[in-house]
Amino acid sequence: MRRPRLVLAKPGLDGHDRGIKVIAMALRDAGAEVVYLGLRVTPAQIAAAAVAEDADAVGISVLSGAHLPIAERVLTAMRAAGASAPLAVGGTIPARDAEALRRLGVAEVFGVGTALPDAVRGMLRLARPAAA
Amino acid sequence: MTTPPGRDPAPVTTDSGIPVAPVYTSADVAGGAQALEERLGLPGQPPFTRGPYASMYRGQLWTMRQFAGFGSPEETNARFRFLLGQGQTALSVAFDLPTQLGYDSDHDMAGGEVGRVGVAIDTADDMAGLFAGLPLDKLSVNFTINATAPVILALFLVAAERQGVRPDQLTGTLQNDILKEFLARKAYVFPPAPSMRLTADVVEYASGVLPRFNPISVTGYHAREAGCTAVQELGLTMASAVAYCAELTGRGLAFDAFAPRLSFHFATTLDLFEEVAKLRAARRLWYRIATGRFGASDPASARLRFFSGNAGTTMTAQQPLNNVIRSTIQCLGAVLGGAQSIHVMGYDEAFELPSEEAVTLSLRTQQIIALETGVTRTADPLAGSFFVEHLTDEIEAGAREVLREIDGLGGAVKALEQGVPQRWITEAAYSAQQRLASGESPKVGVNVHVMRGDFGEAELFEPDPGIEERQIERTRRHRAARDATACAAALRGLERDTAAGRNVMPALVGAARAGATVGEMSEQFRRAFGEFREPSPW
Repeated sequence: MRRPRLVLAKPGLDGHDRGIKVIAMALRDAGAEVVYLGLRVTPAQIAAAAVAEDADAVGISVLSGAHLPIAERVLTAMRAAGASAPLAVGGTIPARDAEALRRLGVAEVFGVGTALPDAVRGMLRLARPAAA
Repeated sequence: MTTPPGRDPAPVTTDSGIPVAPVYTSADVAGGAQALEERLGLPGQPPFTRGPYASMYRGQLWTMRQFAGFGSPEETNARFRFLLGQGQTALSVAFDLPTQLGYDSDHDMAGGEVGRVGVAIDTADDMAGLFAGLPLDKLSVNFTINATAPVILALFLVAAERQGVRPDQLTGTLQNDILKEFLARKAYVFPPAPSMRLTADVVEYASGVLPRFNPISVTGYHAREAGCTAVQELGLTMASAVAYCAELTGRGLAFDAFAPRLSFHFATTLDLFEEVAKLRAARRLWYRIATGRFGASDPASARLRFFSGNAGTTMTAQQPLNNVIRSTIQCLGAVLGGAQSIHVMGYDEAFELPSEEAVTLSLRTQQIIALETGVTRTADPLAGSFFVEHLTDEIEAGAREVLREIDGLGGAVKALEQGVPQRWITEAAYSAQQRLASGESPKVGVNVHVMRGDFGEAELFEPDPGIEERQIERTRRHRAARDATACAAALRGLERDTAAGRNVMPALVGAARAGATVGEMSEQFRRAFGEFREPSPW
């Protein structure tokens, strides 16, 4: 069985990349293949990478507070590109917005205070629901 | 260093990994009392270890400068008035991400980000509105702006002009430290070399016309927030300062013509004694660099002045009131370290922009330390502590080692282009997070003394959801109403000066006056310089 393949990215203009880089390193140490697309990636670029990399799950991180409009655009772009991988959103996300994100179609939300092992387990579970 | 034999095999260290002994004595002060005297001097005298001014806080308290900005210019103006009404003594502007990255509010890339992490500024009219009724000849203003710093300075000069205030009356600080954007904060736009040119254009221009204004704040704060240690923070800050000074002296500017107006910015985190030692070591190290490398002859060129903010990464979403205690300790550290200006983070900032209640409490934290504790009565009160002096020496030595490594890579710009210090920071961040996950680094409410359901987010600050639409509408109206011919001519002037390698500031001021927008002015630089893509973080 191949290793879980994850595409991670920072959409929008926010540059706070400490969190997503730490998650990427922890996911690699946990055995996943991680493609980190970097900063200021457009929704279309994320969707294209999800298809091209045959991603099992996609994770985006937003710490500017713009998570709702950005997640909506990323989901729209992924649907348009035929990317079926589940989308996880991490960042400074209050509980009330986590619910709203799930209603939009986001599969998993990692808000402030999420422990590193929980985020890693959550991403791996998304990537491989049967094995988790 | 003495460790009792047979006990405690795990090394006890500071947050930066400097070994800490159970007790320090005079034997730990290198070279003895005479050598220490030489390393310290007196406050206000070389090598400035003990502070930049002789009287320190007896002469003047630090400036209480809460970082603020959100929504439209009017909303931020109201927050400024509120803070001044509560006894704040200066202003500090947070800009939204589109403004920081040179996009107008109606640009496609700005979608969802307008007025979100700071105030949306597109035009000189917006800047004038931001300071409406706030006298710019009396108020010192700090601008956290870097990639688009020259553009924002131009808008500020035009806003001041409309108030009848001359440039030589303006006080405050423009952050204008692009290297730390590549290093950690990541709000860069153009590649490093042309970015250095823009930074230097601002400093050069200011050295002529803004004698009371700090045109740059060389910053270690963000590298620290991104994960590096106190020692790396100091070493990387000095490496950036060396790069800027080399760029400016390389243009033929005399070091003493600009160095007295350089300012610095450090984090103050929770390892109290290490932080105080770092701030003392910073002054001594800068003195040695300014005199040794650059031949400073004006003492003010070698006298480091700094702003300090406490670290957002020490804040937790769990049991958020605990953050008040964390902020208080960090603010005390900045004061004991001799800061000229301080920001205290809101206890709710792990979630969102600080509420009015949280920001008031931050200001009260500063006021209580200033007025009730007596720590302001004497300069550098921890001087002569065996432990603090030992740590000050160790941090200075460690930071020199970092500086040597950066020098070995060809200086700060070359090191950043190769992604080397960025990787140090990422590795340090990962290791810190693992220590948190394993419980090796205790964090109250997170991995010890945890309570169920303790995420306090009842009183979240709610930005106005209509701001983006209104700001877009305003900017479109502005473009339609201005003198299009004059504006286009001013932008062509900027394009010519950029291409010819002339200082861009005069043309930017002309364009700002003619009604050009942040996006239009930045677009000239985007076309001339292109945009930077970060090398792989691994």
